[in-house]
Amino acid sequence: MKGRILMGLAGVLLLLMFLFPMWRITLIAPQYPDGLTMHIWVNQITGDEPGTLENINLMNHYVGMKDIEPSMFPELEIFPIVIYIVSALAFLFAFLGRRSLYLAWTGIMSVLGVVGVYDFYTWLYNYGHELNPHAAIKVPGQAYMPPVFGYKKLLNFHVWSYPEGASFLLAGAVALGVLAWYLSRKK
Amino acid sequence: MRFSIKIIASALIGGLLLASCGQSSDDVKKQMRGEGALSSDVAERVYVKPGEYDEYYAFLSGGFSGQLAVYGLPSGRLFKVIPVFSVDPEKAYGFNEETKPMLETTHGFVPWDDSHHPELSQTNGETDGRWIFINGNNTPRIARIDLKTFETVEIIEIPNSAGNHSSPFTTENTEYVVAGTRFAVPFQQEDMPISDYKGKFKGALSYIKVDPESGHMNIAFQVLMPGFNYDLSHSGKGKSHGWSFFTTYNTEEASTLLEVNASQNDKDYIAAINWKKAEEYIKAGKFHTMPGKHVHNLYSDETHSATSETINEVKVLDPSECPGLVYFLPTPKSPHGVDVDPTGEYIVGNGKLSADLTVHSFTKMIKAIEDKAYDGDAYGIPILKFDAVHAGTVKQPGLGPLHTEFDDKGNAYTTFFISSEVVKWKVGTWEVIDRKPTYYSVGHLMIPGGDSKKPTGKYLVAMNKITKDRYLSTGPEVTQSAQLYDISGEKMELLLDFPTIGEPHYAQGIHRDKIQPHTTKIYKLEDNKHPYAAKSDRDTKVVRDGKNVHIYMTMIRSHFSPDNIEGIRVGDKVFFHITNLEQDYDVPHGFSVLGAQTSELLVMPGQTETIVWYPKYAGVIPFYCTDFCSALHQEMQGYIRVSARNAKTKLTWSLDGE
Repeated sequence: MKGRILMGLAGVLLLLMFLFPMWRITLIAPQYPDGLTMHIWVNQITGDEPGTLENINLMNHYVGMKDIEPSMFPELEIFPIVIYIVSALAFLFAFLGRRSLYLAWTGIMSVLGVVGVYDFYTWLYNYGHELNPHAAIKVPGQAYMPPVFGYKKLLNFHVWSYPEGASFLLAGAVALGVLAWYLSRKK
Repeated sequence: MRFSIKIIASALIGGLLLASCGQSSDDVKKQMRGEGALSSDVAERVYVKPGEYDEYYAFLSGGFSGQLAVYGLPSGRLFKVIPVFSVDPEKAYGFNEETKPMLETTHGFVPWDDSHHPELSQTNGETDGRWIFINGNNTPRIARIDLKTFETVEIIEIPNSAGNHSSPFTTENTEYVVAGTRFAVPFQQEDMPISDYKGKFKGALSYIKVDPESGHMNIAFQVLMPGFNYDLSHSGKGKSHGWSFFTTYNTEEASTLLEVNASQNDKDYIAAINWKKAEEYIKAGKFHTMPGKHVHNLYSDETHSATSETINEVKVLDPSECPGLVYFLPTPKSPHGVDVDPTGEYIVGNGKLSADLTVHSFTKMIKAIEDKAYDGDAYGIPILKFDAVHAGTVKQPGLGPLHTEFDDKGNAYTTFFISSEVVKWKVGTWEVIDRKPTYYSVGHLMIPGGDSKKPTGKYLVAMNKITKDRYLSTGPEVTQSAQLYDISGEKMELLLDFPTIGEPHYAQGIHRDKIQPHTTKIYKLEDNKHPYAAKSDRDTKVVRDGKNVHIYMTMIRSHFSPDNIEGIRVGDKVFFHITNLEQDYDVPHGFSVLGAQTSELLVMPGQTETIVWYPKYAGVIPFYCTDFCSALHQEMQGYIRVSARNAKTKLTWSLDGE
């Protein structure tokens, strides 16, 4: 019974991911002493103030980086569907109440997690490396890839990149899957 | 010859006096400059570390500059000069199409005035940081400045008035700001001999209603007073809420050589006006609707534009028909400032030609009115008996008292112009506690909240009329000057001299927490309702309407769109309507075009401004951004092609060939 409840809870946590951002990237520069913060959600990208994304784009266009627009991320369409499917699976497996399915679910989630981080890395790499050849400011050998995790200095910008609420919910869901499998073992 | 003998004689006597005191003239000179009198830690007390903020905003009037200047206390650093009554090419105020209506009057466009008394809006007798009002003295007006944007958003002209000096002092909930007339004038204005002054000239005191939500002003009524000169004012507060007080001079009603002829009466008056009673009379229909043509100008943060309307009439109350509306309190020797203590009980008359300071009691005044303790009347207005209203006298505190402010510990501080000092005295006991020299000849003084119900007790700013040798010389015209004193202790301490713009008259101070958190950082582009706004590059266009050409242009780091325009002709009137597309704090862009006879534009994020340009000859004329906006600011430029009057050049516009 415990396993079913935990598995169901894992599904709920996944659905709660829509209420919080997954990752934050904060930039501080002499021109932005208060900082610019961008939030990456399951289904959208926002700034902490109106105009933040536009201001990041305005700064970045001088070195030839692409404008960040929701349309450049097919992930924002795909990711919500994936979340719905895996949470539906969680509810289904909770209903079926089979221990092996809990393990399978955790396995699926782990693979998806690795794929997700790799996707994030790829996007950041391309964002930082695919520069407009006509950019006004060119620094030979300089790329502008923000860190996946942690701190980095990029020209005049200090950049921090850290997970936020929805990522912890995701991690919590996986942990609940593992716990469901562990607690429902035969004694 | 006799005159020079006198001078020599007085110089000799002066010399003997000095000699008898054992002081050399060098010693006195040093004392005069205040040398060696400062304690060693004053520098720390006015030093605001880089990156830290001043504790108080100080708003000092710009005097004959017509503007209002914003400083920080205790540093004395200048942050902004807010254009109010005078044009300012730096900010395009009075030059761009949007702000030109702000300076409209019944005399047409007036590019200058003399601004004297800033007054913060109040709620429950406390400064609330919403608006600051200031008077225009020469062409009588009152302006309202919004303290979210630090921009002048409204100017109303005061009719039947001349020399709007006793203005714009507020009531304790900003129900009204007032305006008086320093110069009595014929009422209504007409062609008459100046010598017919007595009885024919009048003084109108105006009550300008302030809308509690929008701040919009309108003239509620005028009180038609005798032809005295109405010098300064303050409103009652607390128990005296509902009354306002105006000083008068020239109750002699002289029209020539006033320095002698208006200084003959032993006592002039403080006029006490019961404005709550006035409201009742207005409600009861006891007013006369009279001609009072005035212009009212209002600026909108949505259209980023001002509009003007002309109003033709005002409601006038005649005190002789409205018993209980006005009383005169006899006050020695041409009182200048009238100041009400934080409790509302004491009314200080600063008799500028008197050696004493006269204080009246509001409680006694009410009793005297009940008892009808009159000493005759002036033009039907009862004069209350001096002894029946007099609360006390500060005996011989100095020479030439002008203004008084209060602290939070029951003390008052009065400036003395002639003896050049600030004197601290105790309200109620009238004893002098301390005096400190000013450098030189102080006029107004200001304590943050010092004319409200909640004064602070930390700083006092004295604003001086004479600077002489205090700063590095700058030719015959020297800088204006203010001085900061620490008033937290029993004795006042001079901390700092700092230069100011114009001539600072009155000032207001307020804690930063009442203003800074509410500052507007950008104007939202989506809220921009300017009729010529281009809110994205898709909206940019050039439209010809006869000889008028309207260019809908945008600006963003680091380009104009369009930046190549062709098809303009000599003789055209070209309107550059420029919208700043930025939505980021502190990213204004400027604009100017060669040969513009107006000024630059300085457009804030989300704002639209318009400048008119008349091309004079055929050619290709550059325009550029005047505010260093970004790394590619120097590249932020464009060209406009001007063809001959009869040329057939097609009207085209583009950015990067598109």
